[in-house]
Amino acid sequence: MSQHNIQVTVNGRLHTATVEGRLTLSDFLRVEAGYTGVHIGCEHGVCGACTVIVDGQAVRSCLMLAVQADGSSITTVEGLTAPDGTLHPVQQALRDEHALQCGFCTPGVVMTLAALTSGASKPAARTLLDALSGHVCRCTGYQGIRRAAIKLAGEPGAKK
Amino acid sequence: MKPAPFDYVAPDTIEDACKHLTEAGGGATVLAGGQTLMPLLALRLSQPFILVDINRIAALKGVSRTDGGTRVGPMTRQNEIIANSTLAAALPLLVTATRHVGHWQTRNRGTIGGSIALGEPAAELPATAIALGARVEARSARGTREIAAADLYIGPYSTALQPDELITAIRFPEWPAGTLPLFREVAQRPGDFALVGLTGAVTVEDGRISRAGIAWFGMGPTPVRASQLEKALLGQRVAGLDVQALAELAIAETAPFDDHHATAEYRRTVGRRIFARTVSEQLQPRNAT
Repeated sequence: MSQHNIQVTVNGRLHTATVEGRLTLSDFLRVEAGYTGVHIGCEHGVCGACTVIVDGQAVRSCLMLAVQADGSSITTVEGLTAPDGTLHPVQQALRDEHALQCGFCTPGVVMTLAALTSGASKPAARTLLDALSGHVCRCTGYQGIRRAAIKLAGEPGAKK
Repeated sequence: MKPAPFDYVAPDTIEDACKHLTEAGGGATVLAGGQTLMPLLALRLSQPFILVDINRIAALKGVSRTDGGTRVGPMTRQNEIIANSTLAAALPLLVTATRHVGHWQTRNRGTIGGSIALGEPAAELPATAIALGARVEARSARGTREIAAADLYIGPYSTALQPDELITAIRFPEWPAGTLPLFREVAQRPGDFALVGLTGAVTVEDGRISRAGIAWFGMGPTPVRASQLEKALLGQRVAGLDVQALAELAIAETAPFDDHHATAEYRRTVGRRIFARTVSEQLQPRNAT
């Protein structure tokens, strides 16, 4: 049906494309633009694996259309690591706490925690832990992910 | 799990959006935050010919105080409602209820108008709009009308809105300072739709209830206003409320059903319990005089 020209900046790089109205942002990022760090799990907004940052906001990319992202600036997990390979603090915390096994859900978890900890003041552990409810992980039992989130929070020592 | 093909338009003005809705003759669906509609499209439960995206219409966003209360633009995101200081002061129940909608990530996109227009019977915001006595302003090329939230819901995902109508504002009446929110939700996991939910506002003056608006969600094919309970509460002393007797009245108008999550009887039992517990915890300690 309708076709649309879009311009999207992904991890600082401008992409132009012609997309069908029904193309989801997750399919655009992964299939059309090649950002395979965008993991597509449930495709209906339940699992959180496809979470990316659109104009500063963490969102599920399967619940947005690519055409809606026209003019936006998007960060995927590929955009977090420094050029020399240094991990983003969220990635380092997850690694330190053994917070992943198969890794399928991890990019989504990383983007949520990265969005919440990007400001000048760090959020409370409770805020980070609450936001983790938006992600499904079938390997870890969540305990490593929770430890990483608590480590990233503004109040050191706060448990829960 | 891919949406069926559709045409897509993203008008900049309310007038253009209404024009598209009229021209589609019932074949259009409005795209607000998309946090429920996108799954319905992906599952092909919804297959519109044309999607009218209202995200670019600035006039549909924001919160303002009016003569009679507070106006909330339908495209105000749920996380914006939670962070809004005007709403925190004027409508604390709305803020509390919105915290229970979906997850932080979906609240970044999800809107109040989308939730109210969709009419999911187990959702927090339609029931909360009923409890607070909100009115929905609906615009079409034919004109503008107001619908009381209490008259909006016909069945699951079915509302009194016509296919060519767009919600352009949600108007909440003034509730006196000191009105206490009553809110409790039982769900399988945080962020899930409720198995049973109670939402309400109660004004207490000199230890007596002077105003009450209370509704249930997840307790029938639509959100359910507890109008018998509201009447029974008026004039009563908070300290002397017989919460067990009132709990029976509170669920009298509900019509819960069995599904694979819970039986109707379970929902009624939970409803009585959360009513009694919420009233004693949230109303009585602060006003026991």
